[in-house]
Amino acid sequence: MAQPSFETLLPRLGESFGATAEAAEAMGAMGDPRALPLLRALNDNRLGRTADGRLVIDGRDALTGEAAPSPAELLRINNRVRVALRGAMGRLAIVSPDAAERAAAAEAVFRTRSAENVPLLEAALAREALPDIRARLELALGASRLISNDPAGQRAGVAALAQAGTADARNLLLEVRASRTELAAEIDQAIAAIDGKLAFRRAAETLFQGLSLGSVLLLAALGLAITFGVMGVINMAHGEMVMLGAYTTFVVQEALRSTGMAAWSLPLSVPAAFVVTAAIGVALERGLIRHLYGRPLETLLLTFGIGMMIQQSVRLVFGAQNREVLSPAWMQGSLLLPGGIAVTQNRLWIIFFALAVLVAVMAAIRFTRFGLQMRAVVQNRRIAATMGIRTGRVDAATFAVGSGIAGIAGVALSQIDNVSPNLGTGYIIDSFMVVVFGGVGSLLGTLVGAMTLGLTNKLLEPYAGAVLAKVAVLVGIMIFIQRRPKGLFALKGRAAE
Amino acid sequence: MKTLHFGRRSALAAGTALALPAVHSASAQAAPIKVGVLHSLTGTMAISETALRDTVLMMVEQQNAAGGILGRRLEAVVVDPASNWPLFAEKARELLAVAKVDVTFGCWTSVSRKSVLPVFEELNGLLFYPVQYEGEEQSRNVFYTGAAPNQQAIPAVEYLMSADGGGARRIALLGTDYVYPRTTNRILRGFLNSKGINDANIMEEYTPFGHSDWQGIVARVKAFAAQGVKTAIVSTINGDANVPFYRELGNQGIKAEDIPSVAFSVGEEELAGIDTRPLVGHLAAWNYFMSVRSPANTQFVSGWHRFIGNTRRVTNDPMEATLVGFKMWAQAVTAARTTAVDPVREAMYGQKVAAPCGYELEMHRNHHLSKPVMIGEVQADGQFNIVWRTQGPIVAENWSPFIPENANRRR
Repeated sequence: MAQPSFETLLPRLGESFGATAEAAEAMGAMGDPRALPLLRALNDNRLGRTADGRLVIDGRDALTGEAAPSPAELLRINNRVRVALRGAMGRLAIVSPDAAERAAAAEAVFRTRSAENVPLLEAALAREALPDIRARLELALGASRLISNDPAGQRAGVAALAQAGTADARNLLLEVRASRTELAAEIDQAIAAIDGKLAFRRAAETLFQGLSLGSVLLLAALGLAITFGVMGVINMAHGEMVMLGAYTTFVVQEALRSTGMAAWSLPLSVPAAFVVTAAIGVALERGLIRHLYGRPLETLLLTFGIGMMIQQSVRLVFGAQNREVLSPAWMQGSLLLPGGIAVTQNRLWIIFFALAVLVAVMAAIRFTRFGLQMRAVVQNRRIAATMGIRTGRVDAATFAVGSGIAGIAGVALSQIDNVSPNLGTGYIIDSFMVVVFGGVGSLLGTLVGAMTLGLTNKLLEPYAGAVLAKVAVLVGIMIFIQRRPKGLFALKGRAAE
Repeated sequence: MKTLHFGRRSALAAGTALALPAVHSASAQAAPIKVGVLHSLTGTMAISETALRDTVLMMVEQQNAAGGILGRRLEAVVVDPASNWPLFAEKARELLAVAKVDVTFGCWTSVSRKSVLPVFEELNGLLFYPVQYEGEEQSRNVFYTGAAPNQQAIPAVEYLMSADGGGARRIALLGTDYVYPRTTNRILRGFLNSKGINDANIMEEYTPFGHSDWQGIVARVKAFAAQGVKTAIVSTINGDANVPFYRELGNQGIKAEDIPSVAFSVGEEELAGIDTRPLVGHLAAWNYFMSVRSPANTQFVSGWHRFIGNTRRVTNDPMEATLVGFKMWAQAVTAARTTAVDPVREAMYGQKVAAPCGYELEMHRNHHLSKPVMIGEVQADGQFNIVWRTQGPIVAENWSPFIPENANRRR
């Protein structure tokens, strides 16, 4: 077959998915630098074709760069074309002067798994100086050699893949195992070596997932640990405070959307959510809840009703549809820790954030004047009052802090859950569970309780499934509470009364 | 009669529909025809079902503008079953026995349909159910205008196994824990086994409604995919749990090129609350996409935008199924010259409507529509790019051959 020229391949782009994929592959094999911007535009859905057959990118002719007058119809691609494009772009970009592009290209060539890439990769490896990209190139070269027909190369390929020790490498080794019977022993050995690394990695990742779930529970429960744990108000509207915090994040994001502050919308949402929910908390406490102190059943009904009203109001104002809260770039994707452990950025931030909030709250209670007054009122309201503390004001402030922390939790939850009017309902049960399990009135108990529940849940999940794991945790808590009704960290002495 | 309104604009729309019959104009001297609307306007399913309530209200308005049916005006009776399955049965009884509606459009989840089914059969009502479902049902009081498994799930999995779809030979079945995903996955398991994919190459996991912590499951899917066989995800995850699921897929770096996923309950409306850029290339199978090019669809979309007063609102498959059901019912009532359930049912068989999906759909005696199947890829703008479709409409097999105990009920 005659080698097709770059020009003859152009009309085939967009003909059908199969033809487009083949043309892209051929362009990648040719190594013509003109193809790269073209294929990139096709991959990003920006490449169009005019009625007279000219290729256009963003209103300019794709080859000459001059303005194209006639309207163009964008070329469509599917996953098969994307796979071909990734391979072709990888081959073309592997000589790029930009390090990030070369790294991505090495990754793309690895995934393409074509024996034809061996000379290309060898040449690239000879030029490459950066160790990180060299490692990627070696992995890609190993993969390509494994597929090639050269036995010595195949052996080197197995060794390179075993060295990389990733799930992708394991996948490739398994793929070729059946067709390389003479290498079966080496391949099995390599797979066993990779499995050892993967088992460690998986254990570390499960631990991270447990900590992450624990930190979410901790955030959701912290506010309740104050309103319910410290003040004793059975606050069924707690979940709605969390939800309001999430909606505040949405409002802040929309308000800053077209300004230069857009990147700061998430950090700015934290104080905003605190202020909004704390203000609502004060209004609720002063207007309604304080009239029902000492009447837990009525408080439960009242706060439950308030929760429903808040939920429905949000639905009327914002609609029943979920609202989209964007994640900033630093909260997207995964972070690769040493040892190949991948942790998702958003969850990692939330763990730190939860701990920071916990420390801040504990410090406020321990070291500030307000914290002292609050503890005094909780321990003995009458004596605190005779000492000149205005207990009513302290109650309002305590409830405001509890509500405000719930609002802050909403900011974090907007990054991992849906911002919908029902957001809070999903967390209210879990929050009560954490507070009761940890010991009512103990912030440390809330921390330990949340982490215990999170870890137990994630350790059980692979064996029992998500539904049964949750059931098992609930059963466990029921049994525990029967044995120790005051939870993990029971308050002792006069403070407990 | 209790009528609930939510949202200012829709309250207005329902208000006009209710207020007009009171005015005695020449054309509306006969009693109005009552159209019941039984969709959740609050609770977890509100995200999906609110748009269906609005679709019915739009159809009522359009039909009234065209002079009603049989010279009578239409009047919508809206109730809110609040995503509460037993409440669906109560509200259905209220519609049939108290409001005495002539027809009802309603339900989304299969569990809500199962809940109202005995009521409609006892009181001989007429329900139009507009959502794709698991099949294994056929009531003389229900017309199913959504897809049966052979009109959605099975073609979608066939596509994943084809060269264009990536040639998957290992499938992860992820679903929400209730009757539709479990039955559909049972059918799919039977289908996959018949195609030579054994149980070792099938992973099946269920999560509760509204599940938000997908890190463990997505990590397990990654491990499942690293066994040297091309793997794909088939998702019957319902409701807003999809948003954190797709976010986790994106964050853990699962690309559609490596592990494609096809969803059966994710449409344009569900993608509205989500950043779709990491999802480009993931698939959904439906019988209609908003991006279909057909005259009927242009009319549908522009009519919807005019009615809802917002050109950014999307249309989706269950909305189209609601529209098709409504049009067929209107035609059947016109043909039967009455709204009585039994003659209308007879008149329904063989009704045809030029649907927005670009084909003429027909109602068969098995109470199901013939429908075309389409596979769409998510695009960065939240719309679907149709990458595959059947030649034409295919007839529903509501009794699946892959469920042995019911297979002999097919005709």
